[in-house]
Amino acid sequence: MNWFLKPATERSTQCFVGVLIAALAVVCVLNLALPVANPLHVSTYTVALLGKYLCYALLAVAVDLVWGYLGILSLGHGAFFALGGYAMGMYLMRQIGDRGVYGDPVLPDFMVFLNWDHLPWYWQGFDMAGFAFLMVLLAPGVLALVFGFLAFRSRVTGVYLSIITQALTFALMLAFFRNEMGFGGNNGLTDFKELLGFPISADGTRLGLFLASGVALGLGYWLCRAIVASKLGRVCVAARDAEARVRFIGYRVERVQLFVFVVSAMLAGVAGALYVPQVGIINPSQFSPLFSIEIVVWVALGGRATLYGAVIGAILVNYAKTVFTGVMPDAWLFALGGLFVVCTVLLPRGLAGLMQWRRRGARHDDETTGKEAMA
Amino acid sequence: MSILQSLADRDRVFDFLIPRESPVDVRHGPILYLEDVSVSFDGFKAINALDLTIDDGELRCIIGPNGAGKTTMMDIITGKTRPDRGQVWFGSRHNLLTLNEPEIATLGIGRKFQKPTVFEALSVFENLELAMSADKRVLSTLTARLDGEARDRIDEVLSLIGLEAARRRPAGILSHGQKQWLEIGMLLMQRPRLLLVDEPVAGMTEQEMERTGELLTSLAGKQSVVVVEHDMGFVRSIARKVTVLHQGSVLAEGSMDQVASDPRVVEVYLGEEA
Repeated sequence: MNWFLKPATERSTQCFVGVLIAALAVVCVLNLALPVANPLHVSTYTVALLGKYLCYALLAVAVDLVWGYLGILSLGHGAFFALGGYAMGMYLMRQIGDRGVYGDPVLPDFMVFLNWDHLPWYWQGFDMAGFAFLMVLLAPGVLALVFGFLAFRSRVTGVYLSIITQALTFALMLAFFRNEMGFGGNNGLTDFKELLGFPISADGTRLGLFLASGVALGLGYWLCRAIVASKLGRVCVAARDAEARVRFIGYRVERVQLFVFVVSAMLAGVAGALYVPQVGIINPSQFSPLFSIEIVVWVALGGRATLYGAVIGAILVNYAKTVFTGVMPDAWLFALGGLFVVCTVLLPRGLAGLMQWRRRGARHDDETTGKEAMA
Repeated sequence: MSILQSLADRDRVFDFLIPRESPVDVRHGPILYLEDVSVSFDGFKAINALDLTIDDGELRCIIGPNGAGKTTMMDIITGKTRPDRGQVWFGSRHNLLTLNEPEIATLGIGRKFQKPTVFEALSVFENLELAMSADKRVLSTLTARLDGEARDRIDEVLSLIGLEAARRRPAGILSHGQKQWLEIGMLLMQRPRLLLVDEPVAGMTEQEMERTGELLTSLAGKQSVVVVEHDMGFVRSIARKVTVLHQGSVLAEGSMDQVASDPRVVEVYLGEEA
């Protein structure tokens, strides 16, 4: 397990974990200790919003792991996020019990509405939290394993792989839109009541979910750092820049890619699972290609191959999105597109790159390969 | 069908009985044996009925005009290209045509490319670390730690290739000659039985060339070395035996003087320079 403890000695990880813990603590204090009338009081609404940002940040870290370090531009990570979300959603649906609109003790409302008389086989077991949480990891993990095995074995890379991942998430979106699939069709899963026995909209549960998201982000970041700082991480970077060469020194590049891709998909699944109870709904729009592209924009803006850049990018862009869609709903997509253009043209290494560049001064440092420059 | 053939063909044991990771068998002399190998790309015959035998511990130079099939031959040996026809054996036990690139590399064939390809984002030290012979499976790589012995080995190779001072520098900022040296160093870290070296002195100064020559000749004996090179002066300085390729097959083979006086060789190749 020594490889897993290595990030503890890194300054950047110490800083990141320190800032994260401090931020979580401050939000908790401002939410719990201050009276509602105090201007510094953080409302439960804001806590849930911040929790959502933290889930997005974990998702961005997962994308940065495969894009920044492995050179695989996945335009379908939203699919893994959504699958984790659906696994959690199915658990939450089963927790509703007979409190649904139709009052059926077993069947979720949408199944009663569709005149189904029994639970489909793939809904079995989701009333048990342990099983559901296992599926949060397994569903995205297995999809990534099968998809990655086929793609990497055939040495599909670069823009072709990006297109296939995009097609994957689009296909899943179309499938999940169908009522016959048994996942609630275009309405998705919603109207949740309880999580592990706690009422889902209670202030305490909200704060707990926010903290859980923070811890998940911290652990996910730590795991990615540990992988990146290991010899395997150096093999990833080597394969990103000169794949054939790595094969000739004896590494099975496709297995390295598969391993990292599956880890990344599982992290995305965890992010999705924590996201669903905080926003109260999961529907097929989470599979939309646009969402997956948005994730890539967060990472690009924050700065690839830094991990903390992905966190900064995800939080900043989503904060901007919350503000902009409130002020000028129609302008948001233009703002997002503009951000991407600005970042590609002026900040090829993102905000993190800006910080590094200031620190290093004018050190000669531009070995961007064609693969890296592809955006 | 092929199973029936292998049953009938009893001059050696069945393939599946041969352990894949077994040591290279060089009791019969040759470490590399190519017989009747042909490959064509869109009708162009890059390699045409090529026969080539490299003995264990030999230093062999391969020369030939552009398009003679030198690089394609290396691609076939290292598993990058599959020939249409022919046999490629490593020692007398390993059929290279049934293995993929990492398997062939693990077996002990190291390759240096024509254009130096080092991992530019990594430091010189890390480049050597990755190349080092070790358990290269995913999880072992994830948990791998550098022990003192491995550090010593990397230091040894660093001093051999004269890059001690640059050990922490990213490989991307090295000069062309230094990248060539680093790549040779990466080859050495793999502890190969057979080194395939494609144009090792391209872009090197006279002095660097001399040191490269010394290094390659000092390796021969312990390892077998195959050098593909354009620079005639360099070939003359290191070669004991030279093979001339032309249009995908062997045109002549022998000492540099023998080869240089062969009228066919003079016509296709050396004549241009003389």
